[in-house]
Amino acid sequence: MEERFSKSHEWVHLDGDVATVGITKYAADQLGDFVFVELPQAGKTLKEGAEAAVVESVKAASEIYAPLSGEVSESNAALSSDPAKVNVDPEGEAWFFKLKVSDRSALQNLMTRDQYTEYVKGL
Amino acid sequence: MSMPASPLLHRTPLYDLHVSLGAKMVPFAGYEMPVQYPAGIIREHLHTREHAGLFDVSHMGQAFLEGADADAALERLTPADIAGLKDGQMRYALLLNDTGGIKDDFMTARLPGESALYLVVNAGTKDADFAYITESLRGIADLAPQPGRALLAVQGTKAESVLSQHAPGVADLGFMRAGRFTVAGAPAIVSRSGYTGEDGFEISIAATDAEWVARALLAEPDVMPIGLGARDSLRLEAGLCLYGHDIDEGTSPISAGLAWVIGKRRKLARDFPAAEKIMAELFAGTNRKRVGLKLSDKAPAREGAEIVDAAGAIIGRVTSGGYSPSLGQPIAMGYIATEFSGDGTEVAITVRGVPRQAVVAPMPFVPHRYKRKSGE
Repeated sequence: MEERFSKSHEWVHLDGDVATVGITKYAADQLGDFVFVELPQAGKTLKEGAEAAVVESVKAASEIYAPLSGEVSESNAALSSDPAKVNVDPEGEAWFFKLKVSDRSALQNLMTRDQYTEYVKGL
Repeated sequence: MSMPASPLLHRTPLYDLHVSLGAKMVPFAGYEMPVQYPAGIIREHLHTREHAGLFDVSHMGQAFLEGADADAALERLTPADIAGLKDGQMRYALLLNDTGGIKDDFMTARLPGESALYLVVNAGTKDADFAYITESLRGIADLAPQPGRALLAVQGTKAESVLSQHAPGVADLGFMRAGRFTVAGAPAIVSRSGYTGEDGFEISIAATDAEWVARALLAEPDVMPIGLGARDSLRLEAGLCLYGHDIDEGTSPISAGLAWVIGKRRKLARDFPAAEKIMAELFAGTNRKRVGLKLSDKAPAREGAEIVDAAGAIIGRVTSGGYSPSLGQPIAMGYIATEFSGDGTEVAITVRGVPRQAVVAPMPFVPHRYKRKSGE
């Protein structure tokens, strides 16, 4: 399993050709109390950088982007009934969707955890 | 030399306190303000309703309007009954432009035994308001802005019991009454008012006393610091207008549902800005109205979202919207064609291209709990 991060604060866990995607703890802390998530349907094809999901806090709506290209294989239905899970465990239980990726090598364009930590420090 | 890329932001006297409490600071109306503390907006919101919250609203504009004819002078710019303010009474009022649009909403009070009127206007409009009032009333009344004063609000069920510990006598104030008191040793103007729908007080003190007074109030176990995020969700639940969003220079007080702000004497005298136009609207009605909206599912509708009828035709627009922590569902307010404005009317609000079911609902969404004294 390989772990990478995007500049728009998504994390990716790639296992074989299945990528699990969620938002980082940094992003979750910045956005505050989540009250709604809109998730992509299984079967939907997403291009890298495309809007994939929406998460709404009390204050505002934020887009979640696909960090890799692929086809959605599953969404985390548990988030729809309990969006606050994203505040509690954003980098674990509160994953957003899984993608069957078309190009594994694109993972190398994303940041490692150390690089992401440095990136966040500069924000 | 080049100009800085972003304008410098002002700080209130409580900036260091906010940072020390772990607040997330954001730019708002030219100030760096706390949008939330570590507890988060939902907990801050519910704590205010159930206990008490302390808000820093020092960014708002405070001023005194001085002069023998200050009442009559201010009435040139607002339809509210200013001359009829009793000693110690406070009133919500509107600053109107020449065409009857709303330049701002504000509070004004006649402090007991004082001739000057005390004014509190919105942060984002204070510079323009003060210039407009000064210019419009030149030679009749003098506006004295008070940039050296801070403003705190204590709101919530426990507001009275908490503030009484530090300010003897404030429990005797009724809703929309104001006077001079001593708060935690500091001389203060205290009004029983606020913008959350709860009982509560606003406390105007010298900027140099602000941190001390705030710390004294925060030391009370019932009191939690509350940021702008929860301030907004509380006022939305209370059905109160946010200037620049729900009302602006293009809004008529009648379509905004603020006809009650026009004093009875003023309606008869028709002596306020655009009086003929506004009175005509009052009698004939307006073609759109401000209404409350409850959404049937969990997707919040935000400012700017279109309200549509069953056929998909646009019949209105959301001006404030978000999640109601008290009700656990999304709520909104907006303007809608009058024929759809009746409570219970089923409409839809378009959120990211998807029509979401909503119903026109009475406001406030959460009942007000103001403490009116008998006879008022």
